[in-house]
Amino acid sequence: MAVRAEKFISPARLTRWLVSGPPFVFLLLFFVMPSVIMVLASFRYPGEFGGLAPLTASDPAVLQGVTLETYRFFFSDPIYSRVFVKSIIMAFATTLICLVMAYPLALLIARSPKKSRDLMVLLVILPFASNFLIRVYAWMIVLGPQSALSLMANSMLQGLGMEPVRLLFSPFAVLIAMVYVHLPFMVLPLYTNLEKHDPALLDAAQDLGANAWQRFWRVTFPLSLPGIFSGSALVFIPVLGMFAIPDILGGTGDMLIGNLIKEQFLGTRDWPFGSTLSIMLTVAVLLIAWLAAKLAGKRGSYA
Amino acid sequence: MRRGPWLWVAALAVYAFLYVPLAIVVAYSFNDSRLNAEWVGFTWHWYDVLLHDEAMLTAAGNSLFIALVSSLIATALGTMAGIAMHRYKLRLLTFMVLIPVAMPEILLGVSLLLFFIQVLNLTLGMLSIVLAHITFSIGFVAIIVRARLAGMDESIFEAARDLGASPWETFRYITFPLILPGVVAGGLMAFTLSIDDFVITFFTAGVGVSTLPLHIYSMIKIAVTPEVNAVSTLLMLLTLTMIVLASKFAPDVLKGKA
Repeated sequence: MAVRAEKFISPARLTRWLVSGPPFVFLLLFFVMPSVIMVLASFRYPGEFGGLAPLTASDPAVLQGVTLETYRFFFSDPIYSRVFVKSIIMAFATTLICLVMAYPLALLIARSPKKSRDLMVLLVILPFASNFLIRVYAWMIVLGPQSALSLMANSMLQGLGMEPVRLLFSPFAVLIAMVYVHLPFMVLPLYTNLEKHDPALLDAAQDLGANAWQRFWRVTFPLSLPGIFSGSALVFIPVLGMFAIPDILGGTGDMLIGNLIKEQFLGTRDWPFGSTLSIMLTVAVLLIAWLAAKLAGKRGSYA
Repeated sequence: MRRGPWLWVAALAVYAFLYVPLAIVVAYSFNDSRLNAEWVGFTWHWYDVLLHDEAMLTAAGNSLFIALVSSLIATALGTMAGIAMHRYKLRLLTFMVLIPVAMPEILLGVSLLLFFIQVLNLTLGMLSIVLAHITFSIGFVAIIVRARLAGMDESIFEAARDLGASPWETFRYITFPLILPGVVAGGLMAFTLSIDDFVITFFTAGVGVSTLPLHIYSMIKIAVTPEVNAVSTLLMLLTLTMIVLASKFAPDVLKGKA
């Protein structure tokens, strides 16, 4: 037997198992299993005191077994679809604003002398290195009722004869912090793309009579589309699942999908419905990622 | 190169947008007032409050411990995963490594919460946080290590084998020294991600254990005092120091991270 075992487990094969085995087993246990459990949980009833109801119970009055109830509930109450639509609009708006802000910056860095590029990129990443909550908290101060920005905005509104507004705890506050936190995710892929453009293309366009705007719109912009798509995916996906920013800077009506999920797991403790919402979010994310990959893949060599 | 004035104006405005809010936090940490409103005068008071805040210090200690343990284990597992992804092109493993990096954090957080309580029957605390942090860090380490391997000449490994090196010797004397900068960069990345993480910790921490981000969150939610500004400023200073040190002693590492 020992001889046969030796024949089958060659050193190369053993190495292969030793190297890929541990991370494989760990991720199987703590990533794949939890995901599968969540899918299964979405087909169960909620437990009486949170968690999941038993699969079988002797008391027929107790909710038990498997059900499609959570999915039926999700589609029957328009509140939930509305939160999904609101979250998708928020993610779109954030992505668009990030794109508009990141583009000139990425273009400037890409067209700067090589030795200053690293520093300019570092200056984009540096604020990003401070804790996420600190970056969100900073906007609590900037948008607070006594802040210079609030006072200025409200004295202007007053001058125009309009009602004063509250900047903090509003969808506006949520949007601005979303942009702030995700901006580097847009700048970096855009820069990586723009840096690879051959300047000779712009010279050629100029020689052929294209003005500055035409050179941008017909040469630089189309070539940068893969960078735009990958940056957009990197912004859109985390925004879609964000719960902390609406939680800290939003009002009671500014709930997004993430807040809804958090509420099911930690608030009302309806885990099956929380799982269903999470699966809906996953489906939305996969659709977006697939779309971005498809769009980015269509464009040629600058990906 | 074409860098028109409008490009400069737009770019500088974006840099200002990035830095002004944080500068305000730093400034208010020295303000002698309970409110984050007008400037009253200079004080060290909020730093003094911070140094005597038991709960905050305990939370900081927890964060440090969790980051150390989880980044060590994640670095080992992530390095293995990176090598396996590069060498054996295992599609399933690659998928399992990359998905947790790409998906919204909340999904990993709630699925782990469900798994820890419903399946493992685990009391949430230090152990559940460490396991969760390892899970989301592995991918980042693996990506960095794989990138390092991808840039290498395969013939070195063949040469080692031809000269009679066993797989272990090839790894010990050839592969490992070559990927070491990537491993260190991955480890630092895992450490930073762990010490910074809020979302996944929020779902896997339970009631007993607090980390620095969790503690800051509860302060922001319940009662904002300028002590938050002080701790924010110190944390920014710490990150800045780490980046400066990294660029001085291991410029390679910083490049691997960026």
